[in-house]
Amino acid sequence: MADQKASTSIEAVQSGLAAQGYIASRQIATAVYLSQQIEKPILVEGPAGVGKTELAKAIAAWRGMKMIRLQCYEGLDEAKALYEWKYAKQLLYTQILKDKLGEVLGGAQTLHAALNQLHDFGDVFFSKEFVEPRPLLQALEQPGGCVLLIDEIDKSDAEFESLLLEILSDFQVTIPELGTVSAITPPTVILTSNSERDLGDALKRRCLHLHIGFPEQRLEERIVESRVPGISQTLRRQMVGFIHEIRSLDLKKLPSVSETIDWARVLVLLQASELDTDIVKDTLNVLLKYEADIEAASPQLTTFIAKAARSNVFG
Amino acid sequence: MRENLHRFFRAARGVGVHVSPAESIDAMRAVKQVGFSDRAILRDSLLLTLAKSQDEKLALGDCFDLFFSQPEPPQDQPEASSENASQDADPPPSSAAAAETGEGQPPQELGPLAQMLLSQDRNAIAAAIASASGAASLSDIRYSTQRGIFSSRILDAMGLQRLRDDLDQLTATNPALAERLRAALDALREAVRDTVSQGLALYAREEAENLRNEILRNAPLARIERRQVAEMRALIRQIARRLRERYSKPRKRQRRGHLDVRRTLRRNAAWGGVPFLTAWKRKHRDRPKIVALCDVSGSVAQVSDFFLLLIHSLHEVVDDVRSFAFSSHLIEVSEILKKNSPEEAMAEIMSKVGFGSSDYGSSLVDFEKEFMSTLTPQTTVIVLGDARSNNLDPRADILRRISERSKRLVWLNPEGRLAWGFGDSEMPRYATFCTVVRQCATAQQLERAVSDIVATYQ
Repeated sequence: MADQKASTSIEAVQSGLAAQGYIASRQIATAVYLSQQIEKPILVEGPAGVGKTELAKAIAAWRGMKMIRLQCYEGLDEAKALYEWKYAKQLLYTQILKDKLGEVLGGAQTLHAALNQLHDFGDVFFSKEFVEPRPLLQALEQPGGCVLLIDEIDKSDAEFESLLLEILSDFQVTIPELGTVSAITPPTVILTSNSERDLGDALKRRCLHLHIGFPEQRLEERIVESRVPGISQTLRRQMVGFIHEIRSLDLKKLPSVSETIDWARVLVLLQASELDTDIVKDTLNVLLKYEADIEAASPQLTTFIAKAARSNVFG
Repeated sequence: MRENLHRFFRAARGVGVHVSPAESIDAMRAVKQVGFSDRAILRDSLLLTLAKSQDEKLALGDCFDLFFSQPEPPQDQPEASSENASQDADPPPSSAAAAETGEGQPPQELGPLAQMLLSQDRNAIAAAIASASGAASLSDIRYSTQRGIFSSRILDAMGLQRLRDDLDQLTATNPALAERLRAALDALREAVRDTVSQGLALYAREEAENLRNEILRNAPLARIERRQVAEMRALIRQIARRLRERYSKPRKRQRRGHLDVRRTLRRNAAWGGVPFLTAWKRKHRDRPKIVALCDVSGSVAQVSDFFLLLIHSLHEVVDDVRSFAFSSHLIEVSEILKKNSPEEAMAEIMSKVGFGSSDYGSSLVDFEKEFMSTLTPQTTVIVLGDARSNNLDPRADILRRISERSKRLVWLNPEGRLAWGFGDSEMPRYATFCTVVRQCATAQQLERAVSDIVATYQ
């Protein structure tokens, strides 16, 4: 049955990613599975630090493929993302070949004939050798396929989005001088976005849309477990419980998974065995990145720690 | 099942998820891969392929739950209610006897529907309802008033006529069985009614919402009922989003064909001034700077409220908004609006300057004294008010000075043109200094007015 296969394959994705230290929820695993099956890019949205970029890395490591990363920023253009002509090399070659030029044109009697001979010759300079492939073209040229990570697409300009459309839907690029370059093996494309601006419908339509939010408590405990193996179970429960309480506050920037992991590392380094008010106060700057947030959270620390400790007893 | 998916896509469009044909093809392909057996995975797959934002995911998730829970109620309902009904109808001993006679000797002369009801085959009944609603094209239902006609269409398709004949016949020959059949029929009616209600919830939402919004857009803002205010706010936000999408285009546009000599030379300095790379002149577009003066006395207050909400949610399109509220004197309210939610902001503004009798003259004096310097030649000044100054000095001379200092002066008046100049309305006097004067009483007029203001900067 196809259905049986699907659910087992999704579990396989989950365990494969877990082996790379990425604990995926079922939604994430389904997205990864589907993107492979129907060859569609995944557009990952969510707050900063929930593991959007990490997902691409984990997929690449799991499948043993190369990861090619394109970091987007304002002003990113074709020449930096797709391909560029090696101008310097072209110039250099024409200089070196200057002497040859006489020989090539030597036989021609009329200007017209010389021009014709030059035409055959001129195409040499717009061939594959003179193309400098940038990340997008590189990704298409990988013989064994690869994971192409287009990071923070929302930072790029709207024009760049349109440039991506051809790659995302057909896995090909058109270079006017050379023709169309199609992917040897379609790459797995992951786009990430922090929703800084709304992406165009055309781009969204071509992608599977995956939203990664803050994980549930259980899941986050497992993530900490896999990332920071040295931490004791009690402390893990308490700290994750504490962070979930913190997230219920109205803060400028909520602590996300990367902060949880950092904090777990800090707590292990400080050899804490249990959460208490002093240690939380001392290390709160790992979790909260704004002075105003720390001030807002401070009065409630004791309550949160108590709550986290209690949930530990029942959980 | 493919048919079911198509109906689901229609339902999804109903809840406002944009499902294009290409996306429905993707969803079909995804579903083909994952199959139908695991509902959670099916749900995830559809959410991944169809919904393209967090809001859409929530809406589509609810829609999925409603849609795929559909077969269940008809399955349970007929059984539960028909059993209750038959037990209520008959005293316990005779009901058992009736059940026995019913099942013991299946009356051959009865129609298929009657037999189905009497044998209480839940699955068969549910399937019959589903196929009958397909035949009656339930997915075309649009308004709640159509519930009756769709129910009767479904019942007809199931063979109600034959059942009635059977019932008539039975009442003469076997009254106990007839009683049972009648109870079952009532239960069936109920199940069909539930199915139709569910269909209405699934398929008709879009139409109903469109209709309601259409009415709301053209309703006078000043007379909106309290319960509609929240809907109105949502509508205003929608308008703001539309305006934002339309006008938040790039602010620089190349003017093809006009060489920018200075920039070209500078850019090509490395090649000794030989112009390899050319630079073209650009046209810089300004973003609007808006100064809004809003009358918040009595009848105009509500319009001002919505207007301020609209202007302040346009922050991506509009560079700089300063808002002022007045009735008898004038204060700046930009900060209040920025910090608080719309409801709180309006309450605070009202407590400070609201509900007084309006005095345009002294409010304009206040403005000239303190805030005249905010006006630049790029500013659009918008005055929103009915220009009814209680026969006090209108001080139109200040308005003239405001008009001279700014790019445009727009007056939005919630009153109709007919009322201008009658009673204590000073509109004609003010109108001479305004670039544009327009009526602005409904959400639609508000949208047009703001759209025009923003468009002059493009």
